[in-house]
Amino acid sequence: MRPFEEELKSLNGALQEMGALVAQSIHRAVMALVEKNEDYAHQVVRDEARINQCEIQIDDLATTLIVRESPVAGDMRFLVGAIKINTDLERMGDMAVGIVERAFTSLHQSDLPMEVGFTEMGNLVESMVLTSLDAFVARDAKLAQSVITSDDAIDKIRNTITRQMIDIMKKEPSMVERALDYVLIARRLERIADHATNIAEDVIFMVKGIDVRHRVTAGNPISQ
Amino acid sequence: MDPSSLQQSPTAATPQAAPIKMRASNVNFYYGKFQALHNISLDIATNKVTAMIGPSGCGKSTFLRNLNRINETLRDTRIEGEITLDGEDILDKDVTEIRRRIGMVFQRPNPFPKSIFENIIYGPKINGMLKGRNAAEIVEKSLRRAALWDEAKDKLHESAYALSGGQQQRLCIARALAVDPEVLLLDEPCSALDPIATAKIEDLLVGLKDQCTIVIVTHNMQQAARVADTTGFFLLGKLIEHDKTDVIFKNPSKRETEDYITGRFG
Repeated sequence: MRPFEEELKSLNGALQEMGALVAQSIHRAVMALVEKNEDYAHQVVRDEARINQCEIQIDDLATTLIVRESPVAGDMRFLVGAIKINTDLERMGDMAVGIVERAFTSLHQSDLPMEVGFTEMGNLVESMVLTSLDAFVARDAKLAQSVITSDDAIDKIRNTITRQMIDIMKKEPSMVERALDYVLIARRLERIADHATNIAEDVIFMVKGIDVRHRVTAGNPISQ
Repeated sequence: MDPSSLQQSPTAATPQAAPIKMRASNVNFYYGKFQALHNISLDIATNKVTAMIGPSGCGKSTFLRNLNRINETLRDTRIEGEITLDGEDILDKDVTEIRRRIGMVFQRPNPFPKSIFENIIYGPKINGMLKGRNAAEIVEKSLRRAALWDEAKDKLHESAYALSGGQQQRLCIARALAVDPEVLLLDEPCSALDPIATAKIEDLLVGLKDQCTIVIVTHNMQQAARVADTTGFFLLGKLIEHDKTDVIFKNPSKRETEDYITGRFG
């Protein structure tokens, strides 16, 4: 195997490790939130520095390979995708920290009533994150497409939570601060799902060479 | 690798809808008993740059040299199939006319042992194109088209060998342009040049395509990516894939193309 191929393999491995770390942070952030687990909340904050470090190392390796190898075709698509996925993963890590920051304030308080809770939303978001990472590892465009399809369900849950919290704020002005925390948490979970969707779109670009962002490709490109 | 195991793309000939200047249809070419080209069909679009890439010995230069019948100068060669220029079979035309209409620039600069001026005017003179025309105007126009005028205008009557390698290659392009060719063939024109001279030639090619159709053989894939509108990949005498350059370098449809351009073989 040529040195370039070895380095591509090592970049792929670094992204997988970072993905596992980010998925773990998201899981812990959801647990800190729904089970009021303070230890998990602290771990999420601690792990952010590691995730940031991964981002810098991955960008450095990817840009070095671009400069040195002038990659084309599948190699170019992988390196472009790697840089974008790297950014998405780091942002997901930030969102997980954002969730636990809000979760800290509600650790010792009872939950507000919700039609659809953070447990359900968190499970769906985690599933999207893990599926997008699985699709990346397996270079599976069909699996990636299933993540993109799931995104609408998350948007609906977030809208439901936001609407319900606005009602609470209107009825109980003393609850405004807590209800606002819930809105922000729902927003951050939804953003994590958006980043998982971005990763899925990047996987499709890597595997198929087609751009499915913003629904630019008509029909179902994955079946081609 | 066995050539018979390679599949040529059925769509190799027509990557885009554009007027066709030259068309190769089912071209086979033989050096003695050795078959160097296998059933090549390729359209060359008007006023575009078509690049041909592939490993050494893949047939790309052989194919290029068939486009203006230079291969006829070699003994014991044979061609089958058809190559047309504006719809007419080049084998039915006078070979001198074909080589005036389809100019060629080679790998190494090969100026004549004459002055810069005489190098340029040689083609128009032997083609009877000087009647009623001012030789100096032809020289200036050709050198300007080859982006060499500013560097050469004060030494037109000095030996062409006084020029640098990059300038000599641009002189050869100017010499080819002096007879107003409709098609310009270039066989690895930058392989003996440094990066600065290469960049000048590449800029020149992009500027020239408004005036003529360009076909370039290159080993430098980045060069193909920079200058060509379409790129054809040759392997073992077959045209594996011909498509828009963007497509070839971002998402080629054939495994062999991907393996070659990413350096996994060849």
